[in-house]
Amino acid sequence: MTAAIQIDSVEKSYKGFKALKGVSLNIEQGEFFGLLGPNGAGKTTLISTIAGLIRPDVGSVRIHGHDVVRDFRAARMKLGVVPQELVFDPFFTVRETLRLQSGYFGLKNNDAWIDEVMENLDLTSKADVNMRALSGGMKRRVLVAQALVHKPPVIVLDEPTAGVDVELRQTLWKFISRLNREGHTVVLTTHYLEEAQAMCQRVAMLKTGNVVALDTMSQLLRRVSGSSLVVHLKHGALPDGLRHLVAHNEHDEGKNNGGNTYTLRVNDYSEVEGILARLRESGAEIDEMQLQQADLEDIFIQIMEGSPVR
Amino acid sequence: MNLFSVGFRTLFFKEILRFWKVATQTIAAPVVSAMLYLLIFGHVLDGRVQMLDGVSYTSFLVPGLVMMSVLQNAFANSSSSLIQSKITGNLVFILLPPLSHVEILSAYVVASVVRGLAVGLGVFVITAWFAHLSFVAPLWIIAFALLGAGILGTLGVVAGIWAEKFDQLAAFQNFLITPATFLAGVFYSIKKLPPFWLAVSHFNPFFYMIDGFRYGFFGQSDVSPWTSLAIVAVFFVALAAIAINLLRRGYKLRH
Repeated sequence: MTAAIQIDSVEKSYKGFKALKGVSLNIEQGEFFGLLGPNGAGKTTLISTIAGLIRPDVGSVRIHGHDVVRDFRAARMKLGVVPQELVFDPFFTVRETLRLQSGYFGLKNNDAWIDEVMENLDLTSKADVNMRALSGGMKRRVLVAQALVHKPPVIVLDEPTAGVDVELRQTLWKFISRLNREGHTVVLTTHYLEEAQAMCQRVAMLKTGNVVALDTMSQLLRRVSGSSLVVHLKHGALPDGLRHLVAHNEHDEGKNNGGNTYTLRVNDYSEVEGILARLRESGAEIDEMQLQQADLEDIFIQIMEGSPVR
Repeated sequence: MNLFSVGFRTLFFKEILRFWKVATQTIAAPVVSAMLYLLIFGHVLDGRVQMLDGVSYTSFLVPGLVMMSVLQNAFANSSSSLIQSKITGNLVFILLPPLSHVEILSAYVVASVVRGLAVGLGVFVITAWFAHLSFVAPLWIIAFALLGAGILGTLGVVAGIWAEKFDQLAAFQNFLITPATFLAGVFYSIKKLPPFWLAVSHFNPFFYMIDGFRYGFFGQSDVSPWTSLAIVAVFFVALAAIAINLLRRGYKLRH
């Protein structure tokens, strides 16, 4: 099957600053894909390149097989982009804005879908309100609606929940998840890593214009060191052979709660069985045990700090 | 490119809606300004100067004022729309859809022509009460009005793409468009100018637009209307080619 987005060796420089240094990745149809990275990593440059707003110096981008420069009309029909900036045209109402956007994509008599999009984004009551009169959150909803007005198979959301309330986040993710279930490919950039962890099946992390990690969410969470096993021993002490696994934190060598609770670093779940066996052999009796998985934020920080990823 | 594509029609409609929603500023205000020009210059100079044989100064002035309004407002429409969209960032709504370069240019230019002609018609209706006008060759009037508005609409697109801030666009308007229109024979016949300025005037394309337009009313002009038509048409094609090239390259639009 043709990739939803195929990015090949894309490089882009601005006045000597290299924003993208040969980025290559494929996003498959139907994926919910996260594009993560700190400010200045090149996320928005990459999204703008996908959207045709920026032309790469080297390399190419294809949307459903259509080159975004040479075959831009077909490529743009397949793509809906929610820009990061809160932009709007102050001359028009919400409904006019959506009808115009629909027309730019060559669609007329699109009111049924426009109504459905507004309904799903809780915009119906604001349909005839001028854009200037809307709150920031409402304007953000209209931006999302504009990106969806032509039912694009690929939806790119560039920090869609930046500075918006919980209600919009829930409304937005409910609707976007539905579209993803119906087969739309979704590409998300966000600084809210818990959102990415909850929504994305696969993630690419960008750092200074390079892809530094590209994997499924589950593999990424598993592969990166940082999971920990918390054991509370009823009797006995930690055998010497496990002392090197004790996590260094604010407590002395990981001991807390009376000195018989240990937090041990675990690189892989397969190591847990070995640890338990060593504890049994030493005569220690486990009172309570908890496996704490590293979350995306832990992984993100490790990768951005340059810690090795196995 | 299908000129009647939904994309073109939508962008054209949006541009019409944009100026219509603020018609007091975009239509009524320039009509009032032109009327004031006529009242002041006509009152002071009528009976004292004569530019064309058998034509009063006030009558001479009306076509010039109408054409000046057409040209300035056609330029203002496309240039202000583009610069506003660029600065507020909503130009992205035009750049993301699959609109072709020709569709974008055509929509902006045709909408500019509509606004230019709407203002021109308003000026004509108001000022015609004060002058005796004839219509010797109405087709010339229509041809030069359409071409003139088209040229300035296209020039507005070029200026809107080039300018990065309102200040630059204001400079373009104040130091190029306004002097070029004022010095193109709106208020006088260039035959009344000294030889040097007469020669300079022939390098001003705005002169041919106004002179050809005025010919349609009185059957008299400083140069042949065919010469004016040829020069204006070449100018239009050249400007359109420049504008298409800028859009194709994404100059200052797609980085």
